[in-house]
Amino acid sequence: MITQYLAASQPVPAGPVVHWGWLTITVANLLVILLMIAVFVLALLLPFPAPPEEEDR
Amino acid sequence: MSRAATPLRPGSPEPQARSRSNTWTAAVTRWVEGLVPQGQWLPDRQPAYVASWIYVFGVACLASLVVIIVSGLVLAIGGVAWWHTSALGHFVNSVHLWSVELFFATMVIHLWGKFFMAAWRGDRGLTWATGALAFFGSLGTAFTGYLVQTNFDAQWISTQAKDGLNAAGIGAWFNVMDLGQMMLWHVSLLPLVVGAIVVVHIVLVRRHGVVPPIGATEPSVAPGDRSPTQSMPPGVQP
Repeated sequence: MITQYLAASQPVPAGPVVHWGWLTITVANLLVILLMIAVFVLALLLPFPAPPEEEDR
Repeated sequence: MSRAATPLRPGSPEPQARSRSNTWTAAVTRWVEGLVPQGQWLPDRQPAYVASWIYVFGVACLASLVVIIVSGLVLAIGGVAWWHTSALGHFVNSVHLWSVELFFATMVIHLWGKFFMAAWRGDRGLTWATGALAFFGSLGTAFTGYLVQTNFDAQWISTQAKDGLNAAGIGAWFNVMDLGQMMLWHVSLLPLVVGAIVVVHIVLVRRHGVVPPIGATEPSVAPGDRSPTQSMPPGVQP
């Protein structure tokens, strides 16, 4: 139990960081933001599936 | 869409009699019924322009919120030792974290979509404002969630936040290093506040309908009746 507590309480390293001029951001956060922008663009471009009733017509 | 006649209980008044009654229960009933136009609490038809993926993110955000609340309730039942040391506790803890990640990602994409759609058009200013309030309330709830992880990460965040909040001049109102206070804020106060704002936001969306894209014509409806099966004009998609 104590070992598990110790393992759970260890700090998690933030991971690699990107420095770009005044901007400093972790790679993980940068990837999440880029993924969100990609999902936003795809939501605008991809066609929405037609409802089943309309396909039967 | 026909509604089957519901048999009245013995002694219950006719609907017409209830609408004329001046009791407070009848008044509350009339108020709740009037919050949203008839047939719009859970509509089964929407205008054709809603058939777009960009309209999905609001309800995706709401679905994430349901998972957050359910996983949070399970964490509250199990407690700190359970979520730190058991396999199931780790799993539920992770579900809680990732549903929050999904909640914020879908909320921000929903925000981008509504911003570029100028979603405050058509008397929807209060809908926009309650959405913004829900966003800021969610930030506070997520922040207190980081504070109550009960690990070194939480200690680091709380000590850094303490300095920041003191520098902003609001550190005297609450103590982010007080685990008991932050735990209660996270599991009771802030979820209640965010939940109430979200309910008002959804009622307003149902009341005014989803915002049409810029340039699209919103279907006109008869006053006092937004029942889509009766009043939606051509261009409406089931």
